[in-house]
Amino acid sequence: MNVESKQHTNENSAAWTGAPWKDPSQSPFIEIQSLHKRFGDFTAVDNISLDIYRGELFAILGGSGCGKSTLLRMLAGLEAPSAGRILIDGVDVTELPPYDRPVNMMFQSYAVFPHMTVEKNIAYGLRKSRVAPAEIESRVREMLELVQLTNLEQRKPNQLSGGQLQRVALARALIKRPKVLLLDEPLAALDKKLREQTQFELMNLQDQLGTTFVVVTHDQEEAMTLATRIAVMDEGRFIQIGTPSEVYEYPRNFFVADFFGNINIFDATVISSEPGFIAVELGASGTRIRIQHGGVIDAGAAVMIGVRPEKLLISKDKPTDDRYTVTRGVVEDLAYYGNRSIYRVRSQEGRIIQVSAQNSQRSVELAMEWDDEVYLSWDSSSSVVLQK
Amino acid sequence: MTGAIRHGAAGRLWRTTVITLPYAWLLLFFLVPFAIVFKISFADPIVAQPPFTPFFDWAESSPRRLLATFDNYLFLLEDKLYWVSYLRSIRIAFISTLLCLLLGYPMAYGIARARPPWRSLLLMLVILPFWTSFLLRVYAWIVMLGKHGVVNNALLSVGFIDGPLQMLYTDAAVYLGIVYTYIPFMILPLYASLEKLDQNLHDAAMDLGATPWKVFTDITLPLSMPGVIAGSLLVFIPALGEFVIPSLLGGIDSLMIGRTLYDEFFVNRDWPLASAVATVLLFILILPIMLFQRYQQGEES
Ligand SMILES: Nc1ncnc2c1ncn2[C@@H]1O[C@H](COP(=O)(O)OP(=O)(O)OP(=O)(O)O)[C@@H](O)[C@H]1O
Ligand SMILES: [Mg+2]
Repeated sequence: MNVESKQHTNENSAAWTGAPWKDPSQSPFIEIQSLHKRFGDFTAVDNISLDIYRGELFAILGGSGCGKSTLLRMLAGLEAPSAGRILIDGVDVTELPPYDRPVNMMFQSYAVFPHMTVEKNIAYGLRKSRVAPAEIESRVREMLELVQLTNLEQRKPNQLSGGQLQRVALARALIKRPKVLLLDEPLAALDKKLREQTQFELMNLQDQLGTTFVVVTHDQEEAMTLATRIAVMDEGRFIQIGTPSEVYEYPRNFFVADFFGNINIFDATVISSEPGFIAVELGASGTRIRIQHGGVIDAGAAVMIGVRPEKLLISKDKPTDDRYTVTRGVVEDLAYYGNRSIYRVRSQEGRIIQVSAQNSQRSVELAMEWDDEVYLSWDSSSSVVLQK
Repeated sequence: MTGAIRHGAAGRLWRTTVITLPYAWLLLFFLVPFAIVFKISFADPIVAQPPFTPFFDWAESSPRRLLATFDNYLFLLEDKLYWVSYLRSIRIAFISTLLCLLLGYPMAYGIARARPPWRSLLLMLVILPFWTSFLLRVYAWIVMLGKHGVVNNALLSVGFIDGPLQMLYTDAAVYLGIVYTYIPFMILPLYASLEKLDQNLHDAAMDLGATPWKVFTDITLPLSMPGVIAGSLLVFIPALGEFVIPSLLGGIDSLMIGRTLYDEFFVNRDWPLASAVATVLLFILILPIMLFQRYQQGEES
């Protein structure tokens, strides 16, 4: 599968400035070339190729068992690929054992050594590389400050809370100043508040240290907040790679679209393809629209048109603006939340469409009622073609 | 404890019973017999039933006279035989324990790392010998190691040796017998502690730059220490008092304290001296157990 996103993007990818993956003069820092991993008959990682650039915070996102940890473990050298190569900073590391790779990993279960104090745990990596004791001491101190564990350095892991353990694991993985830091669901075990705080800390750290991070997660919100780019993975393959806004606004298929929150589906038929655009006819209303799309789809093919709930407008009167796509439906259910209302509308094709409407005008009476016939409309440019 | 809250008195009674039961057991079947042995060790042997003098003189002389004597213990110090037996036993038990550890550790490690279906099969194989009588298994070694035994015959027929080797009635045979008999007691606790070990700790150490050998010394070995200690005690303690194996497989001069003890009791019918031998043996055994307890307390704090 061609993993380069061909789709058009709007340039608002968070804090990250510059997009080295679009600049042909930049060479990638980590190159993964057609990597495979098979366990017996089962293929856990299926022909993955990926370039990650220096200083990126790259997120790998996918459901449980899709092969995220396996991919990460191959990067760390803990699992031997069945086929394919891995290059880090231009050096082929495929055959290198984990202890010779410029990579450190924070484990899904933290894997803090239970018989060592916090200090010994953090210092372990430096001890193994025969750094002078004085330097070890100062760097451990530095790390303890960074992860705010300064008063706990003599504690054993069984005397720490989950969040503290996780910070020990992070400090331990960071202290060798690896070229690449791999994080396997670093925040999965934390409660919401600690999680948000740590996400913030991680981004700060990444800014300060300039290390390249590869973060595995199955939480789409986490991936969206943290990452410069996201790879969406399913059954050992990458479905799509892109910036958070790309994968949200221009999902390649229904799986990706659905992964990042709700999306409404309208059935349509392809009329024609031209470079960068596809013209479709909406199934029920017969409305014809042009939608931005990278690939070529044969005329006559059935596709799905996806529109995010917040992009939809609902009205009793037919909108007149011709930039809008208009279709009809019947209100089945509605919920009033003060600042916004959520409508569930049955479209002409019989699908349930969810509309999230800002209540921008004060109204005592709801404008729409159950069983009202309404118009659904959206700016045609905010629709995406999703192949089945 | 919800039970204790719901039915107060009954719950308390239940708890008291649960706590006192093991103590009662120890008192009845360990402390009381030991007290008897301890008492006998201060008596003099006589030809009577039982074959030792009573603790008190029950004769008419009205203030009762204590008849305790330290002669038996003094005799243990004087006669070189006992020293030699104790030291030999300690040496044999120590070396056997070490051999069990060296052989058992890789086996336990292998079993713990095997795939789950294999694991139970291998564990079964470790315990399988217990299904036959211990004595039979030791006799089987006689058949194996004897002058015209299986091993000699095999070696002769292959042509490795010209005449039969003397294998039976040597120290090597004693070591073989002890290691063979007691190695499951080493493997099982080792397996239990190695199996609990999180593979991720191993991976994490390697990821941080530890070579496989360093991973073993830094992570695997320290974390399996409880298993090492439990296994070593389980081998060392019975091996120290072992009687059957040295008698059947060892040479005539292979004096171990168990054999000496047996001879004193049944051959010489010197119960008081035998009791003194047993008492000293017990104190030798208490030492490593106390060290183990110290270690455990150190781990907890
Ligand atoms: N050593 C192994 N032997 C056989 N199968 C394995 C092995 N390791 C992983 N697998 C299988 O490979 C698949 C991917 O596993 P992996 O641990 O990479 O999933 P994951 O994406 O990290 O999932 P999660 O989000 O639950 O951590 C799973 O179906 C798993 O059962
Ligand atoms: Mg995982």
